[in-house]
Amino acid sequence: MPAVSKGDGMRGLAVFISDIRNCKSKEAEIKRINKELANIRSKFKGDKALDGYSKKKYVCKLLFIFLLGHDIDFGHMEAVNLLSSNKYTEKQIGYLFISVLVNSNSELIRLINNGIKNDLSSRNPTFMCLALHCIANVGSREMAEAFAGEIPRILVAGDTMDSVKQSAALCLLRLYKTSPDLVLMGEWTSRVVHLLNDQHMGVVTAAISLITCLSQKNPDEFKTCVSLAVSRLSRIVSSASTDLQDYTYYFVPAPWLSCKLLRLLQCYPPPEDGAVKGRLVECLETILNKAQEPPKSKKVQHSNAKNAILFEAIALIIHYDSEPNLLVRACNQLGQFLQHRETNLRYLALESMCTLASSEFSHEAVKTHIETVINALKTERDVSVRQRAADLLYAMCDRSNAKQIVAEMLSYLETADYSIREEMVLKVAILAEKYAVDYSWYVDTILNLIRIAGDYVSEEVWYRVIQIVINRDDVQGYAAKTVFEALQAPACHENMVKVGGYILGEFGNLIAGDPRSSPLVQFNLLHSKFHLCSVPTRALLLSAYIKFINLFPETKSTIQEVLRSDSQIRNSDVELQQRAVEYLKLSSIASTDVLATVLEEMPPFPERESSILAKLKKKKGPGAVSSTEQEDGKREGGELNGGGERGADSTIAASNASTPSPSADLLGLRSSGPVSAAPPSAGSLLVDVFSEAGPAAPAAAVNDDGFLSSAPPSVVSEDPAPPMPQSDELLHKFVCKSNGVLFENQLLQIGVKSEYRQNLGRMYLFYGNKTSVQFVSFSTSVTYTGELQSHIHELSLNVQTKPVEPLVEGGAQVQQVINIECLTDFSDAPLLNIKFRYGGALQNLTLKLPVTVNKFFQPTEMVSHDFFQRWKQLSQPQQEAQKIFKASHGMDKEVLKGKRIMENFVCAGVIQTKAQQVGCLLRLEPNAQAQMYRLTLRSSKDTVSKRLCDLLAEQF
Amino acid sequence: MQFMLLFSRQGKLRLQKWYVPLSDKEKKKITRELVQTVLARKPKMCSFLEWRDLKIVYKRYASLYFCCAIEDQDNELITLEIIHRYVELLDKYFGSVCELDIIFNFEKAYFILDEFLLGGEAQETSKKNVLKAIEQADLLQEVCCSLPSS
Repeated sequence: MPAVSKGDGMRGLAVFISDIRNCKSKEAEIKRINKELANIRSKFKGDKALDGYSKKKYVCKLLFIFLLGHDIDFGHMEAVNLLSSNKYTEKQIGYLFISVLVNSNSELIRLINNGIKNDLSSRNPTFMCLALHCIANVGSREMAEAFAGEIPRILVAGDTMDSVKQSAALCLLRLYKTSPDLVLMGEWTSRVVHLLNDQHMGVVTAAISLITCLSQKNPDEFKTCVSLAVSRLSRIVSSASTDLQDYTYYFVPAPWLSCKLLRLLQCYPPPEDGAVKGRLVECLETILNKAQEPPKSKKVQHSNAKNAILFEAIALIIHYDSEPNLLVRACNQLGQFLQHRETNLRYLALESMCTLASSEFSHEAVKTHIETVINALKTERDVSVRQRAADLLYAMCDRSNAKQIVAEMLSYLETADYSIREEMVLKVAILAEKYAVDYSWYVDTILNLIRIAGDYVSEEVWYRVIQIVINRDDVQGYAAKTVFEALQAPACHENMVKVGGYILGEFGNLIAGDPRSSPLVQFNLLHSKFHLCSVPTRALLLSAYIKFINLFPETKSTIQEVLRSDSQIRNSDVELQQRAVEYLKLSSIASTDVLATVLEEMPPFPERESSILAKLKKKKGPGAVSSTEQEDGKREGGELNGGGERGADSTIAASNASTPSPSADLLGLRSSGPVSAAPPSAGSLLVDVFSEAGPAAPAAAVNDDGFLSSAPPSVVSEDPAPPMPQSDELLHKFVCKSNGVLFENQLLQIGVKSEYRQNLGRMYLFYGNKTSVQFVSFSTSVTYTGELQSHIHELSLNVQTKPVEPLVEGGAQVQQVINIECLTDFSDAPLLNIKFRYGGALQNLTLKLPVTVNKFFQPTEMVSHDFFQRWKQLSQPQQEAQKIFKASHGMDKEVLKGKRIMENFVCAGVIQTKAQQVGCLLRLEPNAQAQMYRLTLRSSKDTVSKRLCDLLAEQF
Repeated sequence: MQFMLLFSRQGKLRLQKWYVPLSDKEKKKITRELVQTVLARKPKMCSFLEWRDLKIVYKRYASLYFCCAIEDQDNELITLEIIHRYVELLDKYFGSVCELDIIFNFEKAYFILDEFLLGGEAQETSKKNVLKAIEQADLLQEVCCSLPSS
């Protein structure tokens, strides 16, 4: 056992720790711990008052046990007692225990806050620091409420010790992060900024973290910090390596503070004041110069600290994006690091260059490093570095190098780590689409992608290739030929079959002239894959077959025979069976003209943001992709397929819409392309084509199979749609739940959170836009069904809704608050109608708001005697409602067995309405053998008994 | 910084410091996941990795791994030196620190960390000043050695 080096040893603790270490097994450890816990418990409960030392020791043991990963459910009180000890170590252990183990036990928080308050006002700096550390470590809301006013005063008071100031600054930062509403700006704000000038470097180091965070939220109030930060930085940068004494770290002056200063400046645009800006540029140049100087030490700490500042300076240069000279110098510096022997530096250089690539000043400079980056992708041994290299290739890609980069990424994909394949696939798909000048290259690339990494090709990717082929008639013949060839491979991926089926079904005629790909050969090729495929693919193939009958009448009898076979027409899958039956019938009764109309070629898809891009954004989180994409958009005008609403871009794109020109790429035609015949209905985005028709179907009217798209456009009325068939089921889900997802389809998710008190309720509805396109004219309304309104001649519910913003951005969520007052009991739920336009089509859906009468229940406590007495009082037949039903969730045997007298369950409660209170009694009698329940409700009001019985019977 | 973990080569957690509110369950899950990820990495690999939406910076000292989770805009290299400075502080305080010192005096390891980092940000980067604060605290301690122990 090592000797305890300093301070007071707690021998008992040391013995206990060695015991634990000597335990041979997990069981032995648990046994030892349980013994110790019993011992401590008895000491704490014992009659003899424990002295401070013992209390400290036991609390420390409990802490050790907790940190080993065991649960601790006592000792909190003893720890709190230690806070009021006047012995420093006892206080310290008390605070440590609380910092690590505190839970929001309100009783204790009050006591803890009391202890903290005493120490804060003690004027003993060591005690004050301990208390501040505790607040910073716990950072709970209760603490913010208690101390958010006090700490700023401590921070700026003239007589506060430096060490206390440091703790106070970071303590305030923590409180501001957890409860920004409680930290009020005031006259202390300006004094905090001036801490940047403080004599003591430690105070500046601590304060700057606070200032940076506050500046991000309130840039205007803190903007004086810019010039202060620049002059501080300049003093540090120009100081000799020994000037700052202990703040010099391995010959680098104040690296932490320098980084933080540079970080703070990134919250603001370049300084407007010429002198300040000149000084800053000088600093940045000095930092870049220093990188070229020979190192003052061979230690890695020296170079790390120096380079930490360098990278932060480069981040600032990129943030300003206005000094071409500095940007190019930064790029050259990073270029050197790309070949550095330190893996860490190569990693960071690749990462940092990604952001440089999006600046118009340095984009070309970054491109000169392409060979090095490709080499990194091929040879780096660490997957995280390879991933950065792939990111950089993606960022530096433009029309001039797209073919090379896509080819390199494709070849890397063959050996890429599984963890990054899906992302790589998305990136290749996006680049191929974005920079395709010749569409055959695009088709080749995507088919290669499916061939190499079929499992990682998400639906978005193959949907997209089909969209593009359909929209561009110059590539259709090539696409048909290429998929036909790809399908010849003995083992080909199911995604290839999907693309093949779709494209041959549409454009097989374009290659049918060649006897090697005659209609029957095409059909046989597709059909040879049929039995290997999953149900959705088979369904797609069946649709391709019916399209074949239209394209090639000579295949009709062969295909009808296939459809007629038992494996199709009697398929156990209802979707396949239905298709087989319907297609067979269609092909035999419809005239060729009708057939030709029904099975006409797909009209072009409306252009919109690439679903692949949206997916990548989602994968990487917002910002990661979008920032570079925005930059690209700026640089390359209409080339980008990005957000449909970008004004300038879409005008360029529109002018190029129908004639392919170099600047209109595949996705540029987002405004109207040549749309034939019937405009596709709202749902005809390819993404929707094969998915199950969502609950939005009544409004979207998506023909569930996009092939047959010449269906007439649906007529959408402006009147609220009738409630959806499943709205009752959705309602029942919420009878005993107050939070959850109320509704979800492909476009929209509605979450609900609700709380009730007496006869009042408040409900929060969260409307989430699941698409990447904004919803416009978004509006909601709450209406009542007839029963609620007229039957009782007065309203039963008073529902107030606050209007929502009419615009819901792609991926965004809006919240709506609904206040509900229950005036009298009711049976029907209010209706919630939601309307919005998505891609021009009106979406209109109606749901039931999950408000049921049981939400206004208040439980009542009564002993069994009282219960049965009241039960007897409510014995009139109309006061009772009863249901006998089969258990739909199975009975939890353990629950039933565990309690012997549990032949039946009883509950009592009061429904609170404004008009009256309705007492209710419930009795539930399970019959485990028959798996049946009998539910009986009695209340003073017949309608209430009946409604509650209906509602609750659904829940078992 | 969101949290700092110290664990041994055998995957035993020696110190955990959380600067964001998380449930115990979530903490255990994160710890398990990260210990596994970091231990699986080979020695020459890069000290940084992306994990969920955070950046992990780690370094091994003898048998102990020091592992920090930082946010997107935080600086990886300076975090690496935060780790190093903490190791130096422990080393100076214990006199060539080893894993056992941290096991047996875990509370001291926490106290030193609190003097150096607070709320996930550097509070005092001067080695002298941090050690001075700790030593002052040690001086405040009463001497009690002859009390019975259990």
